Amino acid sequence: MEKVIHFTLNDEPVSCRVDVRKSLLEMLRTDFGLTGTKEGCGVGECGACTVGVDKETVDSCIYLAVWVDGKVVTTIEGVTNPDGTLSDVQDAFVKAGAVQCGFCIPGMVVSSEQFLEDNPDPSREEIRRALSGNMCRCTGYQKIVDAVEIAAEGRKVK
Amino acid sequence: MEKKGIVGKTEQRWDAVAKVTGQAKFTEDFPIANQLHGKIMHATITHGRVVKYDISEAEKMPGVVKVLLPEDLPQNKFGTAGHPYGLDPAKRDIEDRQLLTREIRVYGDEIAAVVAKTELQAVKAIEKIKVEYEEYPVYLTPKEAIADDAMRIHEERDNTIAHTTAGYGDVKKGMAEADYVVKESFSTSPQQHIHMESQVAVAFRSDDQRWTCISSTQIPYICRRIIAQAIGISWAQVRVKKPFIGGGFGNKQEITIEPLTVAMSMACGGKPVQLRLTREESIAFTRTRHAIDYDVEMGVKKDGTITAVDFNVYSNQGGYASHGHAIGSKGGSFINALYKMENFRYDARTVYTNIATAGAMRGYGIPQVTFALESLVEDACDKIGMDPIKFRTMNCRPEGFFNELSKVQQFDFKPVECLEKGREAFHWDEKLADSLKHKTGDKRRGVGVAAFSYGTAVYPFGLEVSSARLILMPDASFKLMLGATEIGQGADTAFSQMAADTLGVSYDKIIRDSMTDTDIDPFDPGAYASRQTYISGYAVREAAEKMRNKLIDLSSRMYDVRPEFIDIVDGNVVYVHNNQKIASLEDVAMASYYDMHYGKALEASASVNIHNNSYASGCTFAQVEVDVETGRTEILSIMNVHDSGKIINPLLASGQVDGGMVMGIGYGMGEGVRYNAKGKPLNNNLLDYKIPTFMDVPDLDQMFVESEDPLGPYGNKSLGENPLCSPAAALRNAVKDATTVGINNMPLSTQNVFEHLKKADII
Repeated sequence: MEKVIHFTLNDEPVSCRVDVRKSLLEMLRTDFGLTGTKEGCGVGECGACTVGVDKETVDSCIYLAVWVDGKVVTTIEGVTNPDGTLSDVQDAFVKAGAVQCGFCIPGMVVSSEQFLEDNPDPSREEIRRALSGNMCRCTGYQKIVDAVEIAAEGRKVK
Repeated sequence: MEKKGIVGKTEQRWDAVAKVTGQAKFTEDFPIANQLHGKIMHATITHGRVVKYDISEAEKMPGVVKVLLPEDLPQNKFGTAGHPYGLDPAKRDIEDRQLLTREIRVYGDEIAAVVAKTELQAVKAIEKIKVEYEEYPVYLTPKEAIADDAMRIHEERDNTIAHTTAGYGDVKKGMAEADYVVKESFSTSPQQHIHMESQVAVAFRSDDQRWTCISSTQIPYICRRIIAQAIGISWAQVRVKKPFIGGGFGNKQEITIEPLTVAMSMACGGKPVQLRLTREESIAFTRTRHAIDYDVEMGVKKDGTITAVDFNVYSNQGGYASHGHAIGSKGGSFINALYKMENFRYDARTVYTNIATAGAMRGYGIPQVTFALESLVEDACDKIGMDPIKFRTMNCRPEGFFNELSKVQQFDFKPVECLEKGREAFHWDEKLADSLKHKTGDKRRGVGVAAFSYGTAVYPFGLEVSSARLILMPDASFKLMLGATEIGQGADTAFSQMAADTLGVSYDKIIRDSMTDTDIDPFDPGAYASRQTYISGYAVREAAEKMRNKLIDLSSRMYDVRPEFIDIVDGNVVYVHNNQKIASLEDVAMASYYDMHYGKALEASASVNIHNNSYASGCTFAQVEVDVETGRTEILSIMNVHDSGKIINPLLASGQVDGGMVMGIGYGMGEGVRYNAKGKPLNNNLLDYKIPTFMDVPDLDQMFVESEDPLGPYGNKSLGENPLCSPAAALRNAVKDATTVGINNMPLSTQNVFEHLKKADII
């Protein structure tokens, strides 16, 4: 069964006819060509597919595409500034050396962006707790925590 | 060596922007029209054979293009280890695998496959294939598989695929001379790599009627060869492309799915076929770190002298030979690298069993042997009542030691400095004193240390070659082409720094490519053995020197200045004696393209064959708190110290240490694939196979004891694998210090610690 849905995707109104069984991840990657969102496990364990839906982060691999009907969706492609420059969080990830293979990074960045909106002045422990749904095998997490701290500091200065 | 100050400086990785914006394309991200999808049918028994298939229903399922049984595909035997090919047949990896098999040696063996229009259709068709099995006895451990009545897992070969003894002196005599002999057994877990991107490959017949495979591999050239061997075509008929890859850690130094992907495309008339493994398949059915068991003895005198060391090693190979004995046998030369002893014996067997095939994983046998050795050392220290750091430093091999087991002279070798400087930086003595205050009650504290040594690349055991090419661009930037692979570790950034340093230009003048392509990039076997910044570094240096000489030669002719007076600094052609500018490199570059007289585009390439190895070393310090009521162990602090020669890029190097430490903490504290008595994997998902999350590790401390290795191309030696060699042993020793209980079977999971404490009557 298919359904036509309308939603906001990275600040643009869009619509799509989707199989009701399709995951949000699959729709983003195949129907919209937004391949920045990655599949690491397909069952909501690793967080690589994290996207924002109405100001909350979800694992798009276990979130049905039809559920975003009428909602606002932000993917990693929507985090980058419209002029192509990096968001402060993305920039902090680069500067802190938080990127290695990069496969988990889109999900990490989306989670970090949402977390900093919810908690602009976090402790390292709060950062660790907030991002604990996103797994990374390269970095040992240390420099990702650093990056989120750097971004939070930067926002305070502003 | 390093000259212009770009080597040794933190530069941002060139690919970071693409990775934080989601622009970086991994294998699955390339749009390929009309792509079909393959799926593997995995055996649901562990040891036996398929006696009957019924594919009649599967073939009728919607979307199915092909149902493939073993006989539908080429039957060539091949090996999957990512080693360079050997011209000497005796030195080649064992070839014991076929694309699909009726003979089942591990749970999940690949017994059939389906190609369909969608992945879901392929999965549904697999569910309709009916098989009947004949079952054989299951052997989970080397000791079971070498029992007299055990049947052969591979008909043509004994279950012991190799048995070697190395060493010197007389171990019996040495033990007799000791004041104490410490005798113990250790066992280690089959850790899985859990790269965040599972294995994925796409194959198709390309427009030149050859075969292209895009794959998430660490070793494109070896992948090319093994695909061709498995399919039975000439090697040059295959082209492998490697885009960004989502981690490998050794599992992608193994050719697991690429030959089958190409075979699927061949079976479908050359149409593009994608094969990707689920997380569950990747954990259970690819490779693991070898689970190695050790029966060991160490003789020590009261003054701390080691009189003899005896290691009996049983390496669990799983169902197929893969990297085989290279891993289990490796430990001997690295024990010998680290400690002085008069008498040494290292007896190693590698044995087929019916658990998942073990292969390369970051550390390649050294985390296992370090766990056994450094636990044994700790227990020997306890026996004679000596400070564990002092015991180690007094027994460490000195710089310049010639290791007769590996034939490597350990010129720049600094474990003593690591241990002594680390003792201060970690505040060992304060933490030891603090731990002494917490030896009773529920929460008990302890400190632990462990040292290791590690080689750089594989010489003299294997071939070490590499090539690099530089092309001068019109704006005096340089395209750097390499067969060496970026797999997340930052190799490309390090190579770019090396090239810039030698050329005399800034780092941003070096252009790399995310795609490694066996038709385009010069030959290099790939990313493994912490070899690339070393071996490929020589190739980069030589290509850059050649390019620099060509630029100086052209400048000399263009500006009528003798070449010996010319240098290149900061992208300018200058006088050697005072750095006075003669010309900008851009002018020279433009002339090389377009000047009527001088125009002749500049390229430089180099190939190297390296016959040396530089041993690195390091250590881990840890303080833990054990809740003796529950067995739960918390790491209060942990520090790695590394002797890895010159650090090419401090930020990237530090990232390697962070990641390796956490993988080592996971190895020590909880990881490992578990099997039931029938050999079925029990925890092949990320809920049950627990890798550390943000919440499971503390902030990490680290330090480099930096030096210039006299042999390394830029004074550097291995680092990528080193950080995970020693954390598990240090944690085991810290738990012992806290509780008095030495836990010799990994991992230190809450339950395992609890059981040991209970047995020791501490609970």
